[in-house]
Amino acid sequence: MAWTRDQMAARAARELQDGFYVNLGIGIPTLVANYIPDGVEVTLQSENGMLGMGPFPFEGEEDADLINAGKQTITELDSSSYFSSADSFAMIRGGHIDLSILGAMQVAANGDLANWMVPGKMVKGMGGAMDLVAGVKRVVIVMEHSEKSGAPKLVKACNLPLTGQGVVDLVITDLGVFEVNRGRSPLRLVELAEGVTLDEVRARTEASFEVAFA
Amino acid sequence: MANKVRKDAAEALDGLLFDGMTIMAGGFGLCGIPENLIAAIRAQGVKDLTVISNNCGIDGFGLGVLLENRQIKKMISSYVGENKLFEQLYLSGELELEFNPQGTLAERIRAGGAGIPAFFTKTGVGTLVAEGKEVREFDGELYVMERGLTADLSIIKADVGDSAGNLVFRKTARNFNPMMATAGAKTVVEVERLVATGDLDKDHIHTPGIYVDAIFEGAAFEKRIERVTTRPRAVEGAGAGGEV
Repeated sequence: MAWTRDQMAARAARELQDGFYVNLGIGIPTLVANYIPDGVEVTLQSENGMLGMGPFPFEGEEDADLINAGKQTITELDSSSYFSSADSFAMIRGGHIDLSILGAMQVAANGDLANWMVPGKMVKGMGGAMDLVAGVKRVVIVMEHSEKSGAPKLVKACNLPLTGQGVVDLVITDLGVFEVNRGRSPLRLVELAEGVTLDEVRARTEASFEVAFA
Repeated sequence: MANKVRKDAAEALDGLLFDGMTIMAGGFGLCGIPENLIAAIRAQGVKDLTVISNNCGIDGFGLGVLLENRQIKKMISSYVGENKLFEQLYLSGELELEFNPQGTLAERIRAGGAGIPAFFTKTGVGTLVAEGKEVREFDGELYVMERGLTADLSIIKADVGDSAGNLVFRKTARNFNPMMATAGAKTVVEVERLVATGDLDKDHIHTPGIYVDAIFEGAAFEKRIERVTTRPRAVEGAGAGGEV
C-alpha cells in the first residue's frame, strides 16, 4: 500500500515550520495547505503578487481581482499584502521564501529537476518554476514515484529539459521520502510509506540510493 | 500640464499604433488585463505585433482576441497553457514564441523601465533558458545575463487613476502592470474609476503619473474569472490554492 495523494501532502506538510513563508505549486502541493500541523502557522505566497493567501471564497464572494498563481479565486487575510510581480520574484530570487513545495516530472540524484517541458509535446511554459527553484531556500518535491507507463521518475540523470540544476532538497513520493540535498551527498531513502518494501522501491527507482531510516 | 485624459480606448490609442510594433500588456491570466484597450487594438487591426505579456488570454477573451484576428506575430510570455488557438498557431509556425521564466520576465521589464540594459540572475542557469547567453560567476555561484525589455507601447489596467496619471492598483490585479507602465515608450492606461487630482492619497499611489501618457475610464469591464474556486459555507479552512 503506497501513500495516497493526500497522505503525500500530509507528509510534505511536516516540512513546514512555524513562521515559514511558503510557496506551494499546483497539484498535490496545493493539498499541503489542508494538512498544516497544529501549532504551526505559515504564510503562503502566491507569486503573481500576494503574501498571506486565505482560503477559497464562499460561493458568490469571488473577486476577479484576487486570484492565486493557479488562477483560482482566493481570499485575503488580515495579515495579507499585495505587490507587483517584480517585487514578488525579488522576494523569491532574493532567498526570502523559506520553502517551496512543487511537483516534478523527473528528479535526478544530483538534485537536478525537470518539471516544465516534454520535447515534442506542446510546451505551455515554465511560469515561475525556474525562479522558485533558483531562489527559495529549501525545495521539496512531491511526485508519484513512477510515470503511468511505469518509467522511473527518480533517475540517475534527467533526460527532460531542466528547470534547475542541483536544486532539490527532498523528494516525497507515494513510496517514501528521499533526501537529495541538492546533490551534495548521496541520494538517501529516509522513510518508507506504510506497507511498501525496500525491494519495491529498489525495483522502481533508477537512481542508486543509500538507505538511512531515522 | 499636458492633458492626459481621453474619452475612450480608441482616442487614447490614436496615432500610437503601427504594424510591427512591440506592445506590453499588463495582467496575469485574465486578472488585471486592459480589456478595453485590447478590444480597441483588435478594432483598429494593427498587425505583426510582438506582444510581451505573462500569458496570452484565453480563447475569445483577453489577448486571445488578437490571436483570433491574426494580429500577433510573436509572444514573449512565461506561460500560455490556457489557449487552444495559441497552440494551433504555434504548432503551424504562424506564431513565434519566446518563453521567459516569470520572474525573469518581470525583472527584464522592471530593468527596461529603469534604464538598466542587462542584469544577472540565478534563474535558468544550466537550462534551455541560458542557451546563447553570457553566464558569469559571482561569489562562487553562476548567473545568466538577461536583457532589459522595453516596448513601443504599454497597455495597462489600474483600479483608480487621476487626471495626472497617478495610479492605484487593486489586489492581485497589480501583477505586471506597474513595471510595464514604466517600460513603454508610450503608456496608455484604462481605469475603473477616474478621479480628480487630489482625490488619491499621495502616500498610496503605486505608479506616479510621469509614466502615463494617456488615461481613460473604461466604459465597461467584463473581468472574467478563469477558475472560479469556492468552498462550501459549512466547512472551515478549506485549502488555499496553488501556482505553476
